[in-house]
Amino acid sequence: MLEITCPYCGKRAQKEFTYAGDAGAERPNLETGTNQDWFEFVYLRDNPRGLHDELWHHSAGCRRLIKVRRDVVTHEIIDTGAPSDSLSTGAS
Amino acid sequence: MSHQPFRNPTGGNIDRSQPLTFTFDGKVYQGYSGDTLASALMANGVKLLARSFKYHRPRGLSGYGVEESNVLVQLRTGARSEPNIPATRVELYEGLVAESQNRWPSLHFDIGAVNSKLSGLFPSGFYYKTFMWPAKFWPFYEHAIRHIAGMGKSPTLEDPDSYTHNYRHCDVLIAGGGPAGLMAALSAGQSGARVILCDENADFGGMLRGRRDTIRGKSGPEWVADTVAQLAAMENVRLLRRTTAAGYYDHNLIVLDERVADHKATPENHEPRHRIWHVRAKEVVLATGSIERPLVFADNDRPGVMLTSAAQAYANAHGALAGRRAVIFTNNASAYAAAADLKAAGIEVQAIVDLRDSLETPELEIAANANIGVLNRHVVVAAHGAKSVHSVTVMPVDSNTTPVGEAQEILCDVVCLSGGWTPSVHLFSQSRGKLCYDETLSAFVPDKSFQRERSAGACQGAFQLDACLHEGAKAGAQAAVAAGFATTAADVPRCSADAVVKPRLLWAIPTPDHLHGGKQFVDLQNDVTAADVGLAYQEGYRSVEHLKRYTTLGMGTDQGRTSNVNGLAIMAGHRAEAITAVGTTTFRQPFTPIPMGAVAGLNAHDHVAPVRTTPLHHWHESMGSPFAPTGQWLRPQGYPKDGETLEQAAMREAKHVREKVGIVDVSTLGKIDVQGPDAIEFLNRVYINSFSNLAVGKCRYGVMLREDGLVDDDGVVTRLAENRYMITTTTTHASAVMNRLEYLLDVDWPSLNVHLLSVTDDWSGIAIAGPHSRTVLTKLTAADLSNSAVPFMGYAEIDVDGVPVRLFRISFSGELAYEINMAPNATRTVWDALLKAGANQEIIPYGLEAMNVLRIEKGHVVGGELNGRTTADGLGFGKMISTKKAFVGKVPARRAGLTRDDIHQLVGLVPTDEKTRIPRGAQLIADPKATKPVAMQGEVTSQCMSPNLGHPIALALLNGGRARHGETLKAHSPITGQTVTVTVTNPIFIDPQGERLRG
Ligand SMILES: [Zn+2]
Repeated sequence: MLEITCPYCGKRAQKEFTYAGDAGAERPNLETGTNQDWFEFVYLRDNPRGLHDELWHHSAGCRRLIKVRRDVVTHEIIDTGAPSDSLSTGAS
Repeated sequence: MSHQPFRNPTGGNIDRSQPLTFTFDGKVYQGYSGDTLASALMANGVKLLARSFKYHRPRGLSGYGVEESNVLVQLRTGARSEPNIPATRVELYEGLVAESQNRWPSLHFDIGAVNSKLSGLFPSGFYYKTFMWPAKFWPFYEHAIRHIAGMGKSPTLEDPDSYTHNYRHCDVLIAGGGPAGLMAALSAGQSGARVILCDENADFGGMLRGRRDTIRGKSGPEWVADTVAQLAAMENVRLLRRTTAAGYYDHNLIVLDERVADHKATPENHEPRHRIWHVRAKEVVLATGSIERPLVFADNDRPGVMLTSAAQAYANAHGALAGRRAVIFTNNASAYAAAADLKAAGIEVQAIVDLRDSLETPELEIAANANIGVLNRHVVVAAHGAKSVHSVTVMPVDSNTTPVGEAQEILCDVVCLSGGWTPSVHLFSQSRGKLCYDETLSAFVPDKSFQRERSAGACQGAFQLDACLHEGAKAGAQAAVAAGFATTAADVPRCSADAVVKPRLLWAIPTPDHLHGGKQFVDLQNDVTAADVGLAYQEGYRSVEHLKRYTTLGMGTDQGRTSNVNGLAIMAGHRAEAITAVGTTTFRQPFTPIPMGAVAGLNAHDHVAPVRTTPLHHWHESMGSPFAPTGQWLRPQGYPKDGETLEQAAMREAKHVREKVGIVDVSTLGKIDVQGPDAIEFLNRVYINSFSNLAVGKCRYGVMLREDGLVDDDGVVTRLAENRYMITTTTTHASAVMNRLEYLLDVDWPSLNVHLLSVTDDWSGIAIAGPHSRTVLTKLTAADLSNSAVPFMGYAEIDVDGVPVRLFRISFSGELAYEINMAPNATRTVWDALLKAGANQEIIPYGLEAMNVLRIEKGHVVGGELNGRTTADGLGFGKMISTKKAFVGKVPARRAGLTRDDIHQLVGLVPTDEKTRIPRGAQLIADPKATKPVAMQGEVTSQCMSPNLGHPIALALLNGGRARHGETLKAHSPITGQTVTVTVTNPIFIDPQGERLRG
């Protein structure tokens, strides 16, 4: 059970959140996105070992979507922020 | 008072002024307050307490605490009955009732014991090998196996007790309240940190409870009492007794299981039986102690054979004697003090049989002072006796630890084993810490931490009391400092010295030929022998995880606490490799079993999920309406009268609505308030149709696609004001649609200035439908409801019977209809007013079932059609799709596979005989007699008997269906076996031109 820091609410238990997908997947532009762009966005995901940017919905809290940089091997959460934020790499 | 023949008149931590009566296997005994069921049975001289799992061998107590492998009992009776409880974990209370398990008809005469005679037939893997084929008989085999190899019985009555969960944050959590844990709590407590100290037993003290140490000039238990009093006086320290740290999870979440009322006959004053604590700790100190290991030799499972530390604890803490004459069999020095304790308690110690070559001075002194003979370089090769041990055979060993030379038999009724100590690294390992193997201790100990924890004392291999006290004090201080507090280690008291544990290893004592046939048990609970481990090796199950599953080693409720290391070592011997090469199995949560009720907590019965009811729920109930669960909602299905079935009522109601007028509760529809200057842009991006020209005060039907181009949901968009809209969703999709819209705004289009708010619960809804609906409504309002004032798809804010409402001229039924939204607490007023005002028009309430009939007749789609596999065009929304703007799903919806002419399209079906009901879920095929596989052309999604048409109808999704109206097909249900001949029709059965709803 993770502990996730919502940038709006603070540290909260994982059970307040719902996983909302890969934060690295880029939505094609509605006007200009091609069929191939959409195909990749809808169906293709990387499954990297190590650091991963994820979206979580604070569904039982402020209901904002947040970005979480998590090591999927250790479950360490390096940084969190708004979806458009660039997060710390954790290398200090 | 009944005689307790194996109880000393004085001594121990029991209250002899408080006798307690209890029943075991129907026989009444007495014990004392402070006893466990195990210690009380021992004091009464009851030695045969269980039958083993597979061979039904007679068994007695093997341990003192959580490590007990043999004596699992069925505790309590009736609804509170619980199976598989170790007797060592049961605190005695007045009137306790326990029964032995896995025997029939009785412990002393157990028919299953024939398994023991046939044991050659039950090698490891026996069940897998024998019951593999044919697979269809497996349910029968399983039943039979469960009966033979069964443990206790689950209660069949509902649990009358309650369970609860508690959530806490703390700075330092200390798991285990022995000497190390207590010192850690003192150190951390004095820093001001918020400390939780938990211990699984009724009292703190850990190993001090069962030994005769001195600390600061006092006895162990006295020092413990002083220390606990000191801790209790600290406001920042929380002491949890009877509380097991059961699971260590990510981000330092530790789950504790507090047995609040297990030590009572029934919980008192509404207290829960268990309380589960979810503790998020900044830092953790693990002080979970260690468990003694047995030694493996022939028939080492006889009643009376037990761990040395167990016999010692029963004697010291309860004045209970394991027997009259003991033989101690050890491979290390820790057994000597225990032997002296047993002797002091009045047990004649016949000999200490010590595997080691040469002994050190301290233990020799202990033996000499207690006048106990020592046989060093000797082993016990076999125990003798059936329902109780009566002697052992002892032999010398040579330098290769092979038994050689003359065997001697020693009479005894207790055999105490000490094969070294296994640190309890379960929590450490659950936290994903890495173990290493300590050759000196012959034990796995914590190596690298993974989370914010540290181990102290015996659980990391520091077995001496002095080391435990020091390590605990240091660990507590370190944890507090790491949590941000300034402190130093608490003062460590002086204590008595104890032995250094350096076992000499011989993992399974070879049985000399003349004693062949004895079983050398490694895992008592699962009846796994050294020979079984050898067989697993021979058959190729050599990895530790295979060994476990093939032999069931370590798979019992005791999780192999006493058997794992011995089993691994024996396997390592076969593999001729080091134990580290074999490794350990994964330690999993929980440390000890947690009842299912405690896991569920308050999430039982109606509390598993919230139940949402509409403001009119009680009215529906009073009218006798059954309810259909829809997501979390309960929706009224209809109002049967005069002995009608629900379906008859639905038919009557649906017919009545088309002919006259009815009202229905539509409060459950999802409603989202959309506000902001970019609201129109937002709506244009999420719906397939355009809202740019939607005027204030108008409604428009809208359809949303998913990112993959398939239909997600439908609903009505109403423009309430310049930059304010309300959209509705289907009841079941409401929360998913809200989640998705929030995602789009937050993640993909953060530049849009739009705010969303779910207002489902803020506005209740009543729909009034039927040709007389305007007439009825007009009676309750001064507002102009004419077609010019409120046309079809119009919107108005008016008063109904004095209640301000939102009025939407929309229709799900296809009739002239309005939907009224109002404050929930005004709903009943409006509902009653409508029923009263409509009396002359014969107004009726109608339910979900009639609503469903009306919408099928009208060809409106719901869940069965919005099934995540249909396209907008396939459902008949093709003309709505805007070509002028971009929207979610537009590009993927144009993929070739979704735009072919032969994909699923919505059609109507009518049985050609106009009588036979069309089974829901039926497949549409051309010819059921064709060679299989028969091509499936479509499926029936909704069906009903249409009261307005007088025959059954259905909606279906049919390949290229729109061009096939008039065709005849077969609707075949593989579930009911029915085949109905149907004609394909337009899905809109009633008023296809929509004249009625514009009326
Ligand atoms: Zn939040």
